[in-house]
Amino acid sequence: MASEDELLAEVTSSEYKYGFYTNIESDKAPKGLNEDIIRLISAKKNEPEWLLEYRLSALKAWQEMIEPEWAHISYPKPNFQDLHYYSAPKPKKVLDSLDDADPELLEMYKKLGISIDEQKKLAGVAVDIVMDSVSVKTTFQDKLYELGIIFCSFSEAVQKHPDLVRKYLGTVVPKTDNFYAALNAAVFTDGSFCYIPKGVRCPMELSTYFRINEANTGQFERTLVIADEGSYVSYLEGCTAPMRDENQLHAAVVELVALNNAEIKYSTIQNWYPGNKEGKGGIYNFVTKRGLCETNAKISWTQVETGSAVTWKYPGCILKGDNSIGEFYSVAVTANHQQADTGSKMIHVGKNTKSTIISKGISAGVSNNSYRGLVNIGKKATNARNFTQCDSLLMGDKCGAHTFPYIEVGNKTAKVEHEATTSKIGEDQIFYCLQRGMDEQTAIGLIVNGYCKEILNQLPMEFAVEAQKLLEISLEGSVG
Amino acid sequence: MSEIATMNVKDQFLSTFGVQDFHFDTAASKAARDEATKRIEGLDFPTSKTEYWKYTRINRILKAEYTIAESAANIDITPFLIKGMENNILVFVNGFYRSDLSTITDQKGVIACPLSEAKKKHAKLFASYFSKKVPVDEIFANINTAFHQDGAFIHIEKKQKADHPIHIINLIDGDQIITNPRNLIIGEAFSEGKVVTSYHNLNGRKSFTNAVNECFAAENSFLEFNKLQEENGTSFHIATDQVQQEKSGNFTINTFTFNGDIVRNNLNIAVAGENGYTSLNGFYLPKAKQLVDNHTRVDHLVPHCESHELYRGVIDDKATAVFNGKVMVHRDAQKTNAFQANNNVLLSDDATINSKPELEIYADDVKCSHGSTVGQLDEEAIFYLKARGLSEDSAIRLLLNAFAADVLQHIGIETFRQLIEEKIETGLKK
Repeated sequence: MASEDELLAEVTSSEYKYGFYTNIESDKAPKGLNEDIIRLISAKKNEPEWLLEYRLSALKAWQEMIEPEWAHISYPKPNFQDLHYYSAPKPKKVLDSLDDADPELLEMYKKLGISIDEQKKLAGVAVDIVMDSVSVKTTFQDKLYELGIIFCSFSEAVQKHPDLVRKYLGTVVPKTDNFYAALNAAVFTDGSFCYIPKGVRCPMELSTYFRINEANTGQFERTLVIADEGSYVSYLEGCTAPMRDENQLHAAVVELVALNNAEIKYSTIQNWYPGNKEGKGGIYNFVTKRGLCETNAKISWTQVETGSAVTWKYPGCILKGDNSIGEFYSVAVTANHQQADTGSKMIHVGKNTKSTIISKGISAGVSNNSYRGLVNIGKKATNARNFTQCDSLLMGDKCGAHTFPYIEVGNKTAKVEHEATTSKIGEDQIFYCLQRGMDEQTAIGLIVNGYCKEILNQLPMEFAVEAQKLLEISLEGSVG
Repeated sequence: MSEIATMNVKDQFLSTFGVQDFHFDTAASKAARDEATKRIEGLDFPTSKTEYWKYTRINRILKAEYTIAESAANIDITPFLIKGMENNILVFVNGFYRSDLSTITDQKGVIACPLSEAKKKHAKLFASYFSKKVPVDEIFANINTAFHQDGAFIHIEKKQKADHPIHIINLIDGDQIITNPRNLIIGEAFSEGKVVTSYHNLNGRKSFTNAVNECFAAENSFLEFNKLQEENGTSFHIATDQVQQEKSGNFTINTFTFNGDIVRNNLNIAVAGENGYTSLNGFYLPKAKQLVDNHTRVDHLVPHCESHELYRGVIDDKATAVFNGKVMVHRDAQKTNAFQANNNVLLSDDATINSKPELEIYADDVKCSHGSTVGQLDEEAIFYLKARGLSEDSAIRLLLNAFAADVLQHIGIETFRQLIEEKIETGLKK
């Protein structure tokens, strides 16, 4: 059983062999954010002029924006001038980090039984690994190419398919959308790009695997998935980071475009380093994810959020076309000092549009877990339908669970339902399990997994197994 | 730039109150006014960027010009009376007390008088309760504290029951009248009582009522407070209702909004004693281009309390309704049961509802839930009634009355409930 870091080392060294980037020696750009850095990133990636323009205008917009403070989270603000905005992995560094690797982290992977990407390999999933915001390897690329599917790193797409990138980049999440989206638009270094041609059903799960490795680097990746008319794709995303004392920043943007009759299923297992038990370190996860549905299209978001010190994330769907469908299934677990403010936005524009939001929050320790969502039914969205359910489970008397749903309806034919409950694990449920010979930890695992079943069922099989184990690990020792 | 602009609006708005004469003030009252005036200096009017006022634009309220004017007109108050409550009425016209129109029948252990009178006569009570819990960071509540003219003072002594409910009638007579009505309602331990306060407009346009109602429910008290808002379609109304509830108290507040250009209710309830039971209900029926905004907040500060919230609305024409209910369960407020529901029916394509039911929970052994729905009437139910000979119009009215009935059942004054039923009935008639 290979450990996470060994695998990564293996992957990154092989990356060197294939040499996506000739420029691998110059690993880090100097700290700070200004026009020169943007030009440097753009030059290093040999980008066309229009993309540089795009970045520069985003930087300009970002410089005038104020960091949002409305979320129910508190954290020391990152110093944006004290970060490296470009960092390509050097194989040597990675080997170093194997020695540095924290035993507790390795222990956790052992508990998972099998590392995330090894599992994906076994399952025959195509993986694009993004480490410190640079894509290092994409598997099964050739096989997908036969079907006309483009699945590659973002920078490769910029070189090989500039028309597609230019046509769709920033159409769902405009560069001025919010503070972190603007920052991402200015400095993103890589990410994944996926295009499914008309009428093609992607035969395998596509997967991106993100990892922050270097200290003092921000990870700003950009994902763009385009499903052309009548196509289908299931896309997975996994995230990890090693333990570090300082907070690291992750500000990604994911854009999905589902054209007429297309369907995109996007699943995330987010397991960034959540900080230690005293709340020191951990990742700031400020992500903007949004999908656009044309006529009869469907976008389904599934997320299992167990990591990150601070999560700020609202995957949403713009249901632009008639009869389009948006779905959001989420499990968010916060333990120790973690904070999560997450939920979904469903914007109904077209007629007969439907959306479903199922959100399960679990808070333990001294963490705070908030659901914040928006359901907006526009004036012309006749017969729109929304169902929202958010349940919170509290474990321990020092944690918090909050719900902030925004419901805006401007059409009389709309049917919108929202319900939320908050409760704790019943003592009788635990007692029942204990009676049948389980220890308390197993009992809690069982009950929590039952509570999240609706969401876990939405995940592809091999991910669901991993997610279940993650839930158990995250909540270990949180009830006593 | 914008700061200077709002400063001007603020100064101009406040200058209206310069003409007032508060000769009846006591030291305690004056001190409260001074403190509020000082706080106002540091506060600004909310803008569209203020989250708490996100859906309610108040520019139209602030930009209008207002006057403060006493009215001596001989007014027929019979249209505003509630059956069975005619002998316990306090009438205020343009914010000034009218003893000639008011009737108060003595009830044992019950004080019902204008606040201006209570300031001297019941100075000790006034000093210990007045403006003690009103939110300090809300500019409108502070304006009321600083510039209120008058209002009702109701005090029910320990272990006394007010057999007859008291009706506070607020009337507006004239154009662009601004009032700051201030009610102070105190129920001592083991007391029981019911109060109705209603707001009407006799004539005139563009009045602005900036009301504050303070309620103190001591331990084991049993209080009910009803609000009826039916000024006219050009009037503005902003209300701050502040409730402090002690141990084992039972408190009900019902808010009914039928008319008003912009109506905003900020209801804050602090459940500060164990075993309390709180019920807050509302029904709103905005039409034309009206806006009704109900913001409620229940703070569960202690364990073993229960709160039930039910707000329903029928929104027609180009009207907008806003509901923002917040239940805050503080740390260690274990065994709290809090339930909140908001249901809306839109009758027109141009009607809008913005609903935001919030839960903020910091204790683990609680049962909390909230629900919000927006929908239309069940087609099948309408068809069923039509099949039985009802016209579509009356079928819809019947169903909407049934929809409202769940809210109305919380009214403890039978005649008032009937009145509201009638008002809903007429309100639904086009």
